[in-house]
Order: sequence, then C-alpha cells, then structure tokens
Amino acid sequence: MHMADALLTPAVAATMYVASGAVAGMSIHQLKKDDDPRKLPTMAVSAALVFAGQMINYTIPGTGSSGHMCGGMLLSALLGPQAGFLSMIVILAIQSLFFADGGLMALGANVWNMAFYGCFVGYYLIWRPIMRGGTNKAGQRTRIIVSSILGCVLTLQLGAFSVVLETSLSGITDLPLGAFCALMQPIHLAIGLVEGLITAAVLVFVYDSRPELLREVGAASGEGRRSLKATIAILAAVVLVVGGGLSLLASSNPDGLEWALFGNAEAGYSENMGLDEENFGVSSAAADKAGSIQEATSFLPDYAFSGSDSAAGTSVSGIVGSAMVAGAAVLICLGGGFFRKKHAQ
Amino acid sequence: MPLFSAYQRACPMNKMQKALRELGEMDDLAARQSPIHSLSPTAKLLTTIAYIAVVVSFGKYQLSGLIVMVLWPVLLFQISGIPVGLCFYKLRIVLPLVMAVGLFNPLFDRAPMLYLGSLPVSGGAFSMLTLMLKGVLCLMASFLLMATTPIDSLCASLRRLHVPGLLVTLLLLTYRYVGVMTEELAVMTDAYHLRAPGQRGIHVSAWGSFLGQLLLRSMDRAQELYGSMLLRGYHDHFHYALMKPFTVRDGAYAAGCIAAFLLLRLVPAARLLGSLFVR
Repeated sequence: MHMADALLTPAVAATMYVASGAVAGMSIHQLKKDDDPRKLPTMAVSAALVFAGQMINYTIPGTGSSGHMCGGMLLSALLGPQAGFLSMIVILAIQSLFFADGGLMALGANVWNMAFYGCFVGYYLIWRPIMRGGTNKAGQRTRIIVSSILGCVLTLQLGAFSVVLETSLSGITDLPLGAFCALMQPIHLAIGLVEGLITAAVLVFVYDSRPELLREVGAASGEGRRSLKATIAILAAVVLVVGGGLSLLASSNPDGLEWALFGNAEAGYSENMGLDEENFGVSSAAADKAGSIQEATSFLPDYAFSGSDSAAGTSVSGIVGSAMVAGAAVLICLGGGFFRKKHAQ
Repeated sequence: MPLFSAYQRACPMNKMQKALRELGEMDDLAARQSPIHSLSPTAKLLTTIAYIAVVVSFGKYQLSGLIVMVLWPVLLFQISGIPVGLCFYKLRIVLPLVMAVGLFNPLFDRAPMLYLGSLPVSGGAFSMLTLMLKGVLCLMASFLLMATTPIDSLCASLRRLHVPGLLVTLLLLTYRYVGVMTEELAVMTDAYHLRAPGQRGIHVSAWGSFLGQLLLRSMDRAQELYGSMLLRGYHDHFHYALMKPFTVRDGAYAAGCIAAFLLLRLVPAARLLGSLFVR
C-alpha cells in the first residue's frame, strides 16, 4: 500500500503532509507531557523490530501463500497510539529513503494511510474499547484476537480507500473511482484478515508471557466498561454502514464526487446539487483574472488536453526536442565515464 | 567448503539478508567522496524535494516536458560517480503499484493524441508513460540524496530545518537498530528453515512465538540501551559532530538547481529545442 511520488500531485501530497504533520505534532506534545525519557529507546527498538518483522513470511494454512503482520496495531498495543504513530513514521521514512518503498513526497500520505489509521483509529475505536471489557484471562485472549482482526481489517480498508481517493484526486488514473475501489477494497479485506490473525498471534504470545507490556490489558473500570458482545455489535453496525455506503458508491456512481456536484444528463441536474459543470463558478473580472493567473502558475495543470496543441508533448518538435535531450543525457554519461577513466589513470 | 555449499543451498539469501546488503551498500555509497557528497545535506534535501515537486507537477500528457528533467539526475550520477544499477534494482518496488494504476489508462483513454506515421498513439498511452517516467525520476532523486548523504548528516540537517528533535533522534536510533534487528531475524529465519526444510514461511504453530520471543528480548534491550545512553551523557537530544555548515556554495547550488527546475517546468524546453530543427 506504499504510494510512490508519481501517484500524487504536489497539492494532494502537501495536504497529506499537513494532516500527518498535525497529528505528529500533537503526538510529540503528548509524549513530552508524559515526560517518560525511557520511552524513546523502547520506541526505537520496537520500530526496528516491526521493520524487520514485516519481512517475515508467515505461511497461510491451506493456501500456499504467505502474509505479514500489521505494524500499526502492534505498535499502538505496545506503546500507545502517540508513540506508535511516531514509530510508524520513522519506519515509513526508512522504507522510503533506503528501500524506495514509498516516495519521499508521498510520505505524508503513506503516514496517514498506514500509521494514522493503524495507530489512532485502530487503538481508540477498537483496541481500547474491547480490551477494557474485562480482566478474565481466557476472555482477554479472545479480546486480543477479536480486536487485532477487527483493527487490521478496518484500518486496512480505510487505508486502501484513502489510496484510491488520493490517487483519484490527483487525476493520475483514468480508472473510475468505483472501479478503483472495487479493485482495492476486496484485496485489502483478505490481507487485513490474514494480518489480523498474525498480529493477534504475536500479541497473545506477549500477553501470555508479559501481560504488563500491553496497553489497556487488565484496565477494566466500572465507567465506560462494555461487554465484548456489545462492542462487536456496535462495530458490526459501523462496518455495515461504512461498507454499505462504499459499495453503493462503487456500484452505481462510477465517479461519485463528480456526480454529486455536477450530475449527469440522464438524471438531470435537479436530482442532485444542480450545478452546471460548464458554467460552474462565479463569472467576474476578478475571477477571470484569478483564473488566468492560476492557469499560468498552476501545479495542478488542466487535464483537458485532447484536441489542443498548446501543451508540449504532442507536437513533432516536442519529440525531436525530447530525442535531443536523450542524446544530451547519453553524452553526459559518456563524458562522465571518460573523465572518471582519465582520473583513475 | 562442501558444508558451506550445503548451507547455502538450504538457505539462499533471505529477505532480511538482502535488506541488510542494501543498507550496507547505501552506507558505502554515502561514505564516498565527490563534489556532490561534499555539499551540505540541507542543500541536497531542499533540492531533492523541489525536484520531486516539479516532476510530479507535470500534467499527465506532458511527456516531452518531463523528459528534460532526466538531465539533473543523469548529471548528478556522473558527477558523484554513483552506479545507476543499484537505483534501477530498487525499481522493482516502485514500479508495480505505479504500473497497476497506469496500465488502465490506455484502456479508458483511447482517443488518439499523436500519429507516428500511420500508428496512432492514444492519450492513455501518453499518460501511462508519463506516470512511469515520473516514478523513475522521483526514485532517482531520492536514491541520489541517500547515496550521497550519510544518515547522521541528514538527521543533523533535519534538525537545522526545525524538524522536532524527538522525531529526528527516533529516526537515527531506529536506523541503527534496524541493522541489529534485521540481522537477528535473518539468523532466526535461517535457523528455522534449516529445521523445517522445504517450508515456505513460518508455520501457523509458531506465528506468535517466532517474533514474540524477539519482541520480549527487545523490550529488555531497550532499557539497557537507555542506560547506556545515559552513561554516555545523553540528555534529551543528540549532539551531531558531523554537522556541515551551509556555505555560499551550498546556497548557490540549491538556488541554481531550484531556479533551473522552475524554468524547465514553465518553458517547454524540449519543444523549443525541437522547433529549431523542425517547423
């Protein structure tokens, strides 16, 4: 699910950096408030362990294939959501810088898609409510398994949907939003289930050996205590609503955002928000001027290119120029090789 | 010798050993000497970010505009003497998702945009090639940054750019421990596969204990690490011995490169160059 730089425009990448940066800022603030200097080495060692642990292949019985564990859920269960989130950031940064797994500019988006959902949504919506249900040892094991599976499935679904949304908003693919969702969500449902099982196995082992290492374990309190069945019922309802909503979007409206704003000829504009795509916006001298400035400086260029010869890339001179640039690149390479050889002599 | 061969047959280099080798190669490359290596990491970081931002800002049909951007990494590879082979080896990770997204474009965008003789080239084919080229160029830029900058220097420059100290220290510590953990897991994986020959991954019965045992040991190790940090005088943040100053030369390099990127973004250089020869 690691996104490459090529899949995002600068505007979307910057937005995701701001969002992830804000959550990172809040997490750092919280950790400073906690004032536990021992936490830093624990975070570093856990992050390194998760980084290496994600390379282990776990055999999935009866399939012949293998899966990996879910880092976000594991780290937030061990360190808490804030420390887990920061540890995930450095894991993703190292993966992107040294292994080209995810881009440098897409780091903000990758942090959001994998660390934010895994650590915050997984922890506050699933791990904590379920684990606070009771202190009975056998029950705790079941709670760890249930919360790991639910957490991994939900956070991977959210992450995959964010990838689809970010790529579509960047205008990178011609694949309609609905078809893209249909391609991504089911695959990540299966991955989420497997990752949930593997993560559960590791967490149950830790619980059996050193339960004090896990957050919220044995923290049942009178207030806010909820039974496992009630929690699962609430989560099932959330999943049904979210899943149902997404599938409607996927099946009937291939490009839901555009449809919602502009409608289509068959349905008529009165059936949705009633905006006319051609004449959308306010026409004024200031607006026209702003539009022309935006067109000249825009980092999100207009993709309505077909039939226009204004942009470089389609004319014969563009091809000839490109060939010359390629020639120049080859010459630089040859020149560099020549000078290095001379230098070596 | 025969024993070693038998061991190698039983345990071909596993994923973790390959990762360790890649990390080692990057460290070796970053320790070399060249005019690019001697630049301030801050200048290189800013230039790399600007380059990637400009590359991804090109429209999905602006292939010829994008091709000109190839010149910067090519020039840097030549000046720094970094071999391009390792960079292309990393493409195996970048390209699958980019291709998965881009390969659908020719199916949905079939309107011909250009005729090469009598062969029509659709808009989808253009956008697919543009997307792939963007992926390659961004990878080259990040690779060059890391291949010419040691991690300590990069972290020092992140501190200079006011990235929070906690995050930078965490990055540095994690990077150091990635090597240790990966090595330990590589040995564990080898040992496991020697005891379970022919098995592809970790059996379901060992799912929890395999990583769990290392996890428990690591938690204890973290406390020892903290103790050793305190003994070495650690207090809230690291001091960087290798912080290179940001000189006029670095400023000129960064300003010149960023100006050139913007110029190439705004001026269709390839088309102008071509129009000198073709009307």
